[in-house]
Amino acid sequence: MSVDATLSFEEAMEKYDPVLGFEVHVELNTKTKMFSSAPNVFGDEPNTNVNEVDLGMPGVLPVVNKTAVESSIKIGLALNCKIAEYCRFARKNYFYPDTPKNFQTSQYDEPIAYDGYLDIELEDGTVFRVEIERAHMEEDAGKLTHMGGSAGRIQGADYSLVDYNRSGVPLVEIVTKPIQGAGSRAPELAKAYVAAVREIVKNLGVSDAKMERGNVRCDANVSLRPHGQERFGIRSETKNVNSLRAVEHAVRYEIQRHAAVLDSGQPVIQETRHWHEDTRSTTSGRAKSDADDYRYFPEPDLVPVVASREWVEELRATLPEPPAERRKRLKEAWGYSDLEFRDVVNAGVMDSIEETIAAGASADVARKWWMGEIVGRAKVADVDPSALGVTPQVIVELNKLVEDGKINNKMATQVLDGVLAGEGTPAEIVEKRGLAVVSDDGPLLEAIDAALAAQPDVAEKIRSGKLQAIGAIVGGVMKATRGQADAGRVKELILEKLGVQA
Amino acid sequence: MTELKNELIRHSAADLAAKLAAREVSAVEVTQAHLDRIADVDGQINAFLHVNTEEALAVAAEVDAARAAGGAAAEELHALAGVPIAVKDLIVTIGQPTTAGSKILEGWHSPYDATVIKKLRAAKMPILGKTNLDEFAMGSSTEHSAYGPTRNPWDLDRIPGGSGGGSAAAVAAFEAPLALGTDTGGSIRQPGAVTGTVGVKPTYGAVSRYGAIAMASSLDQIGPVSRTVLDSALLQEVIGGHDPFDSTSLTDPFDNLAAAARVGNVAGMKIGIIKELHGEGYQAGVENRFNESLQLLKDAGAEIVEVSCPNLKYALGAYYLIMPSEASSNLAKFDGVRYGLRALPQDGPMTIERVMGATRAAGFGDEVKRRIILGTYALSAGYYDAYYGSAQKVRTLIQRDFDAAFSNADVLISPTAPTTAFKLGEKANDPLAMYLNDVATIPANMAGIPGLSLPGGLADEDGLPVGVQLLAPARQDARLYRVGAVLESILEEKWGGPLLAQAPELKTPALGAASNSAGGSN
Repeated sequence: MSVDATLSFEEAMEKYDPVLGFEVHVELNTKTKMFSSAPNVFGDEPNTNVNEVDLGMPGVLPVVNKTAVESSIKIGLALNCKIAEYCRFARKNYFYPDTPKNFQTSQYDEPIAYDGYLDIELEDGTVFRVEIERAHMEEDAGKLTHMGGSAGRIQGADYSLVDYNRSGVPLVEIVTKPIQGAGSRAPELAKAYVAAVREIVKNLGVSDAKMERGNVRCDANVSLRPHGQERFGIRSETKNVNSLRAVEHAVRYEIQRHAAVLDSGQPVIQETRHWHEDTRSTTSGRAKSDADDYRYFPEPDLVPVVASREWVEELRATLPEPPAERRKRLKEAWGYSDLEFRDVVNAGVMDSIEETIAAGASADVARKWWMGEIVGRAKVADVDPSALGVTPQVIVELNKLVEDGKINNKMATQVLDGVLAGEGTPAEIVEKRGLAVVSDDGPLLEAIDAALAAQPDVAEKIRSGKLQAIGAIVGGVMKATRGQADAGRVKELILEKLGVQA
Repeated sequence: MTELKNELIRHSAADLAAKLAAREVSAVEVTQAHLDRIADVDGQINAFLHVNTEEALAVAAEVDAARAAGGAAAEELHALAGVPIAVKDLIVTIGQPTTAGSKILEGWHSPYDATVIKKLRAAKMPILGKTNLDEFAMGSSTEHSAYGPTRNPWDLDRIPGGSGGGSAAAVAAFEAPLALGTDTGGSIRQPGAVTGTVGVKPTYGAVSRYGAIAMASSLDQIGPVSRTVLDSALLQEVIGGHDPFDSTSLTDPFDNLAAAARVGNVAGMKIGIIKELHGEGYQAGVENRFNESLQLLKDAGAEIVEVSCPNLKYALGAYYLIMPSEASSNLAKFDGVRYGLRALPQDGPMTIERVMGATRAAGFGDEVKRRIILGTYALSAGYYDAYYGSAQKVRTLIQRDFDAAFSNADVLISPTAPTTAFKLGEKANDPLAMYLNDVATIPANMAGIPGLSLPGGLADEDGLPVGVQLLAPARQDARLYRVGAVLESILEEKWGGPLLAQAPELKTPALGAASNSAGGSN
């Protein structure tokens, strides 16, 4: 595949103004499918969670899943949308083997939720309002696996396997209005928007919201126009960008690619693009024009969905605390500074910290571990911090070992590495690695004597009340004990020895 | 054939039910008599695509065992338990093939039962087999079946109507006392009219469509086929009612139908003649029998009024946009990927798209392709509003016309079809002429209202059956059965017996005649 030319992001921004748009598909975690009674379960043996409806057998009829409608209304309300009192499903007709009826039952011009917005907080605290055009209900397609040929693509494949377990899984598709004015913050906004949607549906409890499982999938539309131009440029639609970081990278890449195309005097081709995580670039998919003809018409096998105002208000009353309000509450409860809290949010560890506190750690201890140790390791490993494999229980256990004086902080970080290496629980690792604080004062006192003797001027300073100088002696002791001493105890013993009150 | 068997097959379902309950006859005897009749005459008629001998007899034996056991087992039996029935091959059944009259489903067995089939099984009604139809119910003559045409028992050179010609002919030829049909634009009523039988399209939603292979979802309806009005009422009570698997099914109870058929009078009822549905374009013999029925109803104390439904003139045109539009989408699933026929392209690359194309080219007949192409075009961007959109508006206008008409009349009346049965092949190359045969039946589907066709006598010029159609407001199916049963009894009094008693005897081996090979066999 040929490599597309790109401009540097800075140069692209200098010349062009990006306009974004997102279609986020959210898989609902209902017990059964959108239109059938088959189980909605991820990861089972292929083609086991299907019945005649999901397979599009002759004679079958769909029946709307009421819980899915409720979940859709909840999502609409959380996105500040209006909820349609009356709306219908439509058939989107196209032949493709992942869609057993050769049409997808979706909503077309009558979405259940419309005209909403979401306020997105960027890393520096700037709030950017993204307008929501609609959120509509539809069914997922089956999963195709192309065998043979190159790189799992249908082109050139020998044959394809179909798993209809996903066929008919309820989806809510959230579509934004064109997002203008983001400028150079477009990639960051893209990531923050998808993160916010994911957070909302997870918070509502209507989706498992795991991007790696495809519970939340994002199609990112990007177009550029010269600064000052009103009319939108031609857009590309990058499909299935399935991690938050990928959303940011894909938008950035497409901006750079469009800029190069425009700079060369060529028109941008309206098409879908495939995102490749390995090369962090996109390749051309299929040409997509507004003239794609899906021959939509109202689904005659279903009656309209009627959402009475009473029902909508009942559902509104059940909505959990919105994530933004929750953040405000947690920040106050944890006593973090603005900067500390923003760092926590931006690092994506707020939920983890909340869970860690719930498991028994103090707010400061939880933050110290997540921000001080885990975020950095996640960055090195190139994964989300929550996906690194550190549970709240591990942190609580580590912290207890430190508080009980069994290990010191330095050893604790080694234990953490052991946990990540799969060596066992913190206690087991302490045992296995032979990490234990030297708690017998005898050897410590010897080391202290030696340290004080080696630095008599420092000892004098401490005696005269300059307590901050104690670090040099503690350092000497730690060095002598190869880090196995409890620094707190060493400090106490030095002061005792020198007869100074702390 | 023994005299006893000959008698058994000529009984109505209601009479058979009474004889079974009184243990005058066994369900196995009744079922076997019909299976024998099928074996004797279906080579000439070709009403059945599949005969379900073993299972039908097993169900009949269960009924007999329950009756013999007495007590609760006997008391729990449904009134129609042991009365056999034929099923249009558009309705899916476990244990028998379902073809929809198409090559594309040849050999396919459904993994599930239609809701109406579940109800027949619950009532322990032996299913005799699956009946022939125009492919995917698209046609008015049953000539469009991929398995050969069905022949009209009144004249083997003539069509039995369609699409449900198999069910109507089976009942008319005494191969079954009852049958199930489906009616999208007249596929139950028009075959009823041309075979001298009774056929009812219930209110849209009165009977679950789950398991009826869809042609046009907003128009399709399963309904009863029988030789008497009461029998259809009894059968609709078995198959009707709300179904959680069909969201368009109604929650209203329809349990007063047989009672309505037994009311026995129409005094004071207002019966509206639809100005637009008789006269010009209707065969003289059809018009004469129709007028005769009007006079008889008037004599019985009904008030005859004339009503106008001016928008009915657009019904056929609108129907031929809505029906193919929905059909083009409903039939998209037949692509050779998951079940049924799979044809491979003769040359060129083997892509999924080309396999789908080759399968549909080989599996569908001309009429089906015609409607898919028409519907695909009508739904296309840029044409949708002009075609599908306008047709839906016409539909609303037709519904309003009927609302207005029913404010002046309890039921409406018209001939069921403009002509008697035409000859096989006569309209095979003229789709428009074929479509015109449904001009009087289509409006009920467009409005969702119930319609019943019953025999109105024989046309003077050709001696073939004429159908009289009754229409009622949505959910008022009972009115059809009340008026239909009264008209039926007056007419039968006039004829000195059922109209089918005047049908020619079919040749049977017992009568010493060679089997007519026309139409082929299964």
